Amino acid sequence: MAHSKIIAILSGGMRAGKLPLLMLIVIAAAFEAGAQNTPLLSGGVAWLSSTAGGNTTYNPIIEPLTAVPVGQHLLFESRATLLETFSPSGSTQSGYMHSHFIGLTYLQGDYLANRHLTVVGGSYLIPFGTYNERLSPVWISNFQDGPLIAGIGTMSSGTGVGGQLRGSAVSRPGFSIDYAAWFSALSTNTQFSAERSSGGRVDLFLPRTGLEVGTSYGRLLQGTQENFYGTHLWWEPKDTNFRLRSEFARGQHADGYWVEADYRTAIFGGPESFLGRFEPLFRMQQTFRLNQAGSDGVSSVNTQRADFGLDYNLPHNVRILTSYARQFSSERNENIWETGIVYRFLFPAWKGK
Amino acid sequence: MIVRDKHLLPCTLILTAMVAAVWAVAPAASQQTTQPAKSQQAAPAQQQKPQPEEAGERIFNQNCTRCHATPEGFSPRISGTIMRHMRVRASLSQRDEQELLHYLNP
Repeated sequence: MAHSKIIAILSGGMRAGKLPLLMLIVIAAAFEAGAQNTPLLSGGVAWLSSTAGGNTTYNPIIEPLTAVPVGQHLLFESRATLLETFSPSGSTQSGYMHSHFIGLTYLQGDYLANRHLTVVGGSYLIPFGTYNERLSPVWISNFQDGPLIAGIGTMSSGTGVGGQLRGSAVSRPGFSIDYAAWFSALSTNTQFSAERSSGGRVDLFLPRTGLEVGTSYGRLLQGTQENFYGTHLWWEPKDTNFRLRSEFARGQHADGYWVEADYRTAIFGGPESFLGRFEPLFRMQQTFRLNQAGSDGVSSVNTQRADFGLDYNLPHNVRILTSYARQFSSERNENIWETGIVYRFLFPAWKGK
Repeated sequence: MIVRDKHLLPCTLILTAMVAAVWAVAPAASQQTTQPAKSQQAAPAQQQKPQPEEAGERIFNQNCTRCHATPEGFSPRISGTIMRHMRVRASLSQRDEQELLHYLNP
């Protein structure tokens, strides 16, 4: 019953006044869900600090995520960011100033037709490369800050407003090929900012070797129209605690790459032992400015950076993140020290029997 | 172009060193890897005779391991929701979802 009402509202075009009604119906339908399908609340809470060039910035952050299944084929999901920034007032003033940001990272509905096709509608993370979709949550990333090339191919805001088709093209025991194709309209709404753009990604995964390679394409369809190309390679050998992840992205105005390796020291007494909870990290990055046009978020000068990190995985989904980076560019060379603590939570949205 | 060539060698050396490190530690690490609870509970007689890989474990290895290891555990009340959430990301079928539910919540 609730399912048919949602379809009727969506097909009739959703006006702002209908949004609360839709949310009520979704929640009502979720109450009817089976015992294993209770909506969930998840996300991360973190306290991060970064010292660059002698200035220390503090960032308390909360990233809640909710997922609400409806019926057998629908899922509504959303992630938000609540961020407070405390930074030095400046060279002429003492003390700190602060600013805050609250916003939805994405809000999307997924219709799972079958394993070959999932239709996504709403505001979604642009599936270009791997970082934006898979590594950007604060409770997942090994380093506090994203790669220098994170802005290439993700169309400024990192989100699209429109539709996306994704699924598995082929899945065999020895390999699988996944795809994602998207189109986004221009949106100037504060919460759902997006550029008019389209693109897609295809990746091949070999489970026996733990190797994944993929390629991405995106085209900005407004302003300085430009193409973006990306490739990624992930290697996570089976039965080891080693991970190698890398990405290369190229736009018409800049390109660059990052390579990240991490190893959990579970060899010393297992992953739950005192020593086995350490996770040394290394990341190498370079960006190259091809010309000064475009607004891809990449530094205006060629930049090289090496990050050395050491994370510690405490019990109950708490992680301590520490890293030191040395960044070189023609503007300046600087040391960047980062420390933080992250808690990942995951629980049902309400109590049940 | 000169700048790129300048850094090609260090990057290659770093990658080679990391690959070598993996091969050096892989055999030892595999002995330490935690197996799912189901495997640990298997009877001694069954351990001597290898059983066919369970469907849920196979599906997990085939689809999920590229992003994360076996989860530590969560409330059974949200296991279906988590599976649905992962179906979108890992392109799983409804049957895969059921097998994974059984594998993660035996």
